[in-house]
Amino acid sequence: MSFAWAKQYQPQSAFTKWLDEKLPFPRLVYNAVGAGYPVPRNLNYMWNFGVLAGFCLMLQIVTGVVLAMHYAANQAVAFGTVEHIMRNVNYGWMLRYAHANGASFFFIVIYLHIFRGFFYSSYKAPREMIWLLGVVIFLLMMATAFMGYVLPWGQMSFWGAQVITGLFTAIPLVGEPLQVWLLGGFAPDNAALNRFFSLHFLLPFVIAGVVILHIWALHIPGSSNPTGVEVKQESDTVPFHPYYTAKDGFGLGVFMILFTAMVFFLPNALGHPDNYIEANPLSTPALIVPEWYFYPFYAILRAFTGDLTIPFTGIVLIPAKLLGVIAMFGSILVWFILPWLDKSPVRSGHYRPLFRKFFWFGLIPTMAALFYLGGAHAEEPYIMLSQIFTAYYFMHFLVILPIISQIEVPKPLPFSITEAVLGKDKAAEAPRAGTVDGTDAGTATDGSLQPAE
Amino acid sequence: MSIRLGGIIAGLAITLVLVLWSLAPGVYNFAFGPAPEKQPSYAFYEHGEGPANGFSFDGAFGKWDYAQLQRGYQVYKEVCSACHSLKFVAFRNLQDLGYTEAEVDAEAASWTVPGIDPATGETTTRPGEPTDYFPMPFSNAIAAAAANNNAIPPDLSLITKARHDGSNYVYSLLTGYGEADPAKAAKVGFETPDGLYFNKHFPNVNIAMAPPLAVDGQVTFADGTASTIPQMATDVAAFLTWTAEPSLVERKQTGWFVIGFLLFATVLAFLSYKQIWAGLKPKKG
Repeated sequence: MSFAWAKQYQPQSAFTKWLDEKLPFPRLVYNAVGAGYPVPRNLNYMWNFGVLAGFCLMLQIVTGVVLAMHYAANQAVAFGTVEHIMRNVNYGWMLRYAHANGASFFFIVIYLHIFRGFFYSSYKAPREMIWLLGVVIFLLMMATAFMGYVLPWGQMSFWGAQVITGLFTAIPLVGEPLQVWLLGGFAPDNAALNRFFSLHFLLPFVIAGVVILHIWALHIPGSSNPTGVEVKQESDTVPFHPYYTAKDGFGLGVFMILFTAMVFFLPNALGHPDNYIEANPLSTPALIVPEWYFYPFYAILRAFTGDLTIPFTGIVLIPAKLLGVIAMFGSILVWFILPWLDKSPVRSGHYRPLFRKFFWFGLIPTMAALFYLGGAHAEEPYIMLSQIFTAYYFMHFLVILPIISQIEVPKPLPFSITEAVLGKDKAAEAPRAGTVDGTDAGTATDGSLQPAE
Repeated sequence: MSIRLGGIIAGLAITLVLVLWSLAPGVYNFAFGPAPEKQPSYAFYEHGEGPANGFSFDGAFGKWDYAQLQRGYQVYKEVCSACHSLKFVAFRNLQDLGYTEAEVDAEAASWTVPGIDPATGETTTRPGEPTDYFPMPFSNAIAAAAANNNAIPPDLSLITKARHDGSNYVYSLLTGYGEADPAKAAKVGFETPDGLYFNKHFPNVNIAMAPPLAVDGQVTFADGTASTIPQMATDVAAFLTWTAEPSLVERKQTGWFVIGFLLFATVLAFLSYKQIWAGLKPKKG
């Protein structure tokens, strides 16, 4: 599955030849992230975050597995075993801070990866499946991160678990039994802690599985690029190795510098002090907030303060809590239909003047505001602001995008990636071979090449 | 097309519900409703600052001041430990404060910890050993609450990480006792209930803990430092920073080594990236 000009794996030694016949694993790697994968030559630094996300996942799994060796998922001792890791385990403090900050950095990387997708419309055909799998990965990450935050069994762990599982009680009829079933009790206790630990250990491997599907789906059409013009010819691409392995190596270095700066100098800056107080069901914290990476969705949840009633009758159609829960889940589920909401044939935001304005002056400030408001106290003016920005969030995806994709006049696209990079492309002037009779199996109707399976 | 139409309808519906049933009543209340009530204590709270010269462990190059940690330990032992536990710290950890092994043995033995009589198996008490953890001042939470006007003194092992800006918080709390301005208190109807104490740096201003550092010279420091209240507060805040994060200084030092290595590796990675791409990029200008 690659373009016709992709390099082929050539086993050199007798052993690799033997292995290639029996189990062509090196060939798989060569085609996936080696010289056998041709990639557009014009990718900018925003395309570094996929590899970085994969690195974060591995970092979390490695540190997490070692932490699990020293941790005990028991209500009576969980908080103490975390302190045991911090004080008695060799470099335990480093492992735990790397794991805790690793979760935050994983989300930073993923948010940049997702917003790269928004700006360059990476979700559009033929890449819908990559996008859908990506949203699944994001949902799994959220579940994993939430359950991981419960494990230290501090005050925010306990009350966060209480609030988040309490969301299920908003579901009519089955809500309350569902919450009891999920927690294994009437409040978060040992049963909940145990199952959260079990699932927190399991889900990263599920994520890894979906990541493999995500990369597999990526290799069918190949990577997108900042112009949004599909690959047409060999001069549009470079082999992944060494070109992008080198670039990703540099990106990884920059990422590691920022990451280790947090781990070693500000390890608790992204956490909440209350989580260093052992869980106490009898004492409610002044402000219950999730981890910062959930703030936008928490702001959307809290934005719905009024029940949906029939005016002047007092009959409640949908209680405010259920509205909030629907909106919170809906705010992510709407990403699933994004490829069909935005019908503009142009992918890159660079060539979409109207879309670009709404992206930079609508979506980005809205997300920034929701990030702030999700962590703020539930008082005015924060409530009104979160209501306004929540409204814009839904309007952006569900109303503005479909309409601008209909009325916008895009700027002219470059003929090819080569032209975009070099300023000229000889193929643009000469009649192109292979498309003359229009029946070439490797050519799509728009003139772009389809990689042969 | 139908997905887009459905999306537009759903998007407008969500916005309508949000604006008419949540935002509009909220705006109305904000404009015409009663102002939100604030506790009278709100007027007296002041955000606490740390000691004037900061702490020796502040900043990216911060280091422990071992003499200060030892003085802070002495304050904990002679004052705080009457009510506050330190349950995640063991006597053996005191070696981190610059004590020798023999000194740690002697220090551990000066504490009484719960034990079991080897002959009869009955619970008893014995002198501490380096492997023991600091003992609990009360046998259980009920006893702790009963002895302290119904407030359970928190464990201090992690207190500087369990409060925002913890080291400075501990210092300002210990030095924040006093009297509320009587004129202001009469105006807003504020009073400190019996059994509580006014402290302008405590979030709700009335705290159940009696001023623990009441007079200068309350502790006689072994190293001869003058034990003023700010001095004792600074020292014990430093000690409690160590109990919360014994690896703090090691962490920062390791950090410089790691970042130094990464800077070097990243420069190499950047140069190899530029070299590999050199032939492909168009010439500038």
